[in-house]
Amino acid sequence: MFEILKTREPIRFMRHAKAASVFSLVLIALCFYSLFTKGLNWGLDFTGGTVVEVEFSQSVDLDEIRQQLDAAGLAGATVQNFGTSRDVLIRLAPHADGDVQQQGDGVLVAVQQANNPAEMKRLEFVGPAIGKELAEQGGLAILAALLCIMAYVGLRFEWRLASGAVMSLAHDVIITLGVFSWIQIEVDLTIVAALLTVIGYSLNDTIVVFDRVRESFRRVRTVSTVQVFNEAITDTLSRTLITSLTTLVVVIALFWKGGALIHGFATALLIGIGFGTYSSIYIASAWAMMLGVKREHMLPPQIEKEGADQDPLS
Amino acid sequence: MLNRYPLWKYLMVIFVVAISFLYAAPNLFGEDPALQVSGTRGTQVTSEILVKTQQRLAAADIEIKSAALEDNQLLVRFRDTDDQLKGKELVAELLGDNYITALNLAPATPSWLQAIGAGPLKLGLDLRGGVHFLMEVDMDEALNRVQEQRIQDFRTDLREKRLRYSGVLSKDDGTLVVFRDADTRNQSLSYLRDRYPGLVFSERDSGDNFGLFATMSEQRLKEVKEYALQQNITIIRNRVNELGVAEPLVQRQGADRIVVQLPGIQDTARAKEILGATATLEFRLIDEKADVAAADAGRVPANSELMRDRNNRPVVLQKRVILTGEHIVDSSASMDEFSRPQVNISLDAPGGSRMADFTKDNVGRSMATVFTEYKTGDEKNEDGSSQLYKQQEVINIATIQSRLGRSFRITGIDSMAEAQNLSLLLRAGALIAPIQIVEERTIGPSLGKQNIENGIMAMLYGMLAVVIFMAIYYRKFGLVANVALFANLVIIIGVMSMVPGATMTLPGIAGIVLTIGMSVDANVLIFERIREELRDGRGVQQAIHVGYDKALGTIADSNITTLITAIILFAIGTGPIKGFAITLIIGILASMFTAIVGTRAIVNLLWGGKRLSKLSI
Repeated sequence: MFEILKTREPIRFMRHAKAASVFSLVLIALCFYSLFTKGLNWGLDFTGGTVVEVEFSQSVDLDEIRQQLDAAGLAGATVQNFGTSRDVLIRLAPHADGDVQQQGDGVLVAVQQANNPAEMKRLEFVGPAIGKELAEQGGLAILAALLCIMAYVGLRFEWRLASGAVMSLAHDVIITLGVFSWIQIEVDLTIVAALLTVIGYSLNDTIVVFDRVRESFRRVRTVSTVQVFNEAITDTLSRTLITSLTTLVVVIALFWKGGALIHGFATALLIGIGFGTYSSIYIASAWAMMLGVKREHMLPPQIEKEGADQDPLS
Repeated sequence: MLNRYPLWKYLMVIFVVAISFLYAAPNLFGEDPALQVSGTRGTQVTSEILVKTQQRLAAADIEIKSAALEDNQLLVRFRDTDDQLKGKELVAELLGDNYITALNLAPATPSWLQAIGAGPLKLGLDLRGGVHFLMEVDMDEALNRVQEQRIQDFRTDLREKRLRYSGVLSKDDGTLVVFRDADTRNQSLSYLRDRYPGLVFSERDSGDNFGLFATMSEQRLKEVKEYALQQNITIIRNRVNELGVAEPLVQRQGADRIVVQLPGIQDTARAKEILGATATLEFRLIDEKADVAAADAGRVPANSELMRDRNNRPVVLQKRVILTGEHIVDSSASMDEFSRPQVNISLDAPGGSRMADFTKDNVGRSMATVFTEYKTGDEKNEDGSSQLYKQQEVINIATIQSRLGRSFRITGIDSMAEAQNLSLLLRAGALIAPIQIVEERTIGPSLGKQNIENGIMAMLYGMLAVVIFMAIYYRKFGLVANVALFANLVIIIGVMSMVPGATMTLPGIAGIVLTIGMSVDANVLIFERIREELRDGRGVQQAIHVGYDKALGTIADSNITTLITAIILFAIGTGPIKGFAITLIIGILASMFTAIVGTRAIVNLLWGGKRLSKLSI
């Protein structure tokens, strides 16, 4: 039998719970620092404006294009390569008169170079009001997802576990966003989708561990809470690792083969799934333990006799 | 006996996979270059047209695969795109103005599959190229117009009833009518209240002026906005049809927005010109009493306003609108018997009777056609969107020769080109409220192809890696999981092809790729459990049974939460995000089915009920 884990002894994960918490706190502090100082590189979906993707027949010099745009009176455009050295992405801030088509055509005319013709591949324009709406929708979606999950896990398991789960999800989302702000990847609507997927995925891991925890609590009476958690995590570890591995493999395939348009999406998933695996082991469980989860909490609720808490009448 | 399925369960699994495969099959057949012919403005496409088209193409030695009439459209399939382009030119020339010819890619699904309603996946714009517009209707302007109309109506009504008023004006979202005495005010109030049930009336007195104030009730306000949106959707639909796009989509989004998608269109500039021409038309009387020179100097009579014609000459028009462009059903340019250009106009029934009523008293007077365009200016609204400004111009002045009915003509036009232009503007309908493009996304066709390739490559590589890993790690059971994985893929594509309105987008493909990675999770959970049970010294059959049983709850719990997030995404997201959410939802459900029921069926079939001492897991 080919196995990742040969151990039959539970690994004492929870010994490192403190260290992990400190590590996570430091990470989250760094992420917040980055989010507050650098901010996020909001994509077109949220800021509004115009993006034109142009493909040249040979690779081009970006500085030259910038000069050409300046000369055409389209100053202040950001110019970057997109995927290959022949593909160029030009971004213009939203401006007063809304004729995008002219703006787009103007860009195409401005960047034409002798003996290196350019072809328009994509033109996107988002009005500023729409951008605000999309941003609200995105934030709302993430909050709604967290709340629904809290409610579901609270009902199915127990509130301490539910808050542990939600903490670990928030942890993953913050870290993913932090990394995004650190390396200034553009945040657009697909990133919101990726974040929600990360939430779903990370939760999946957490639930598998919690399921085991509940089972062990109900089965074994004598051991300590810490031991129960250690056993549950050890028992599910090989599954956690395998699933993370297969998911990471397909995400890497997306990252590598999926083209420039879903690069950001794949990056968000890579970070999210990596940290999601770690957080479902440490953050979720450690948090639930800190809140003092005990065996009694896992048992099916006892039905009290009505009036049992009142003194008998004499 | 442990681990034996009843026959019906085996049949169910086979049935689900087989049906999915049938519906996924059309995606394997590719597409034919085709030509789609449809009639404009209610013109029927008849079998006569079909025969004519076939003859014309045969005469030009262009071979066609097939030509057929389907729901009032003619679809001609060609062998290759060269024939298609040549064919389009010939057919467009042959059929003339009353038909629209559009290039299209028609799915080459065999007829026996079409018979069960199977067709290939619909591809989103990011995969096939095209334009997506999001347009916003300017509701303030729509309400303003209703308000203007109401002021006119009040005046007419009160005059008819001989109720003297000293003024009617717009005030804070309503209309204020001012009277000199309370008695007349009260009579007017009770009269108007009965006449306009959609309005809320109140008294407003100040000093020795007695006023009545009318605003729209909430209900009426909703109706007006709804009507404005619906009207605009209809008009945009007509305009899109004029463009000749194969499968356009015009859909409302929310309270005041319209989504327009034009797949495969190259000439976006023209599309925008036609869609975005937020033009309206009005017929009004010329104020002959007014002194044009004085008006030009700023002294305009109270119920008139000053406008300019195309040559920038001043014209004084009565404020009262005889008729707006929304009543125009059709218009065309032609020559009269003296070969002078003219424009023929047909009105709908209410428009016709209004025109008739009005013109019978005004024969010999001059009627002007006013063309109003809304353009985005440099000024900004508070929310940062560009402000619209109104540009009005008198495009034609004609003398009313006789009482006009539902169809009449405008003569005295300078040139045929002018007549054609005017008739196009009249025909395209008048938008009841100006419209602004608030979002636009254009994807070139080459990018679409590239996106599909990228998506499929990512899917193949990801799948290959997962399949190899599972086979090595879980040996024979891994192979079972791989069969389930393929079945899963077939189910996703089959269901996506089945669901009407589901479109495949690039994020959708990403969703499938992700599902492949995550769907083995259920199997991993089960197999790990079985291994555990074996390690704990259970018999083989027991281990399989208990493993599946114990994993079930965990799988359900962990998948339901992912499903919750996917459903939230679907509810909140638009466009590509929705596409991603749909594939994720279908993927999760399919992976639960294949992992729990599907693999179990195979395992039971191969290992169930046998005396085994070892298991290849």
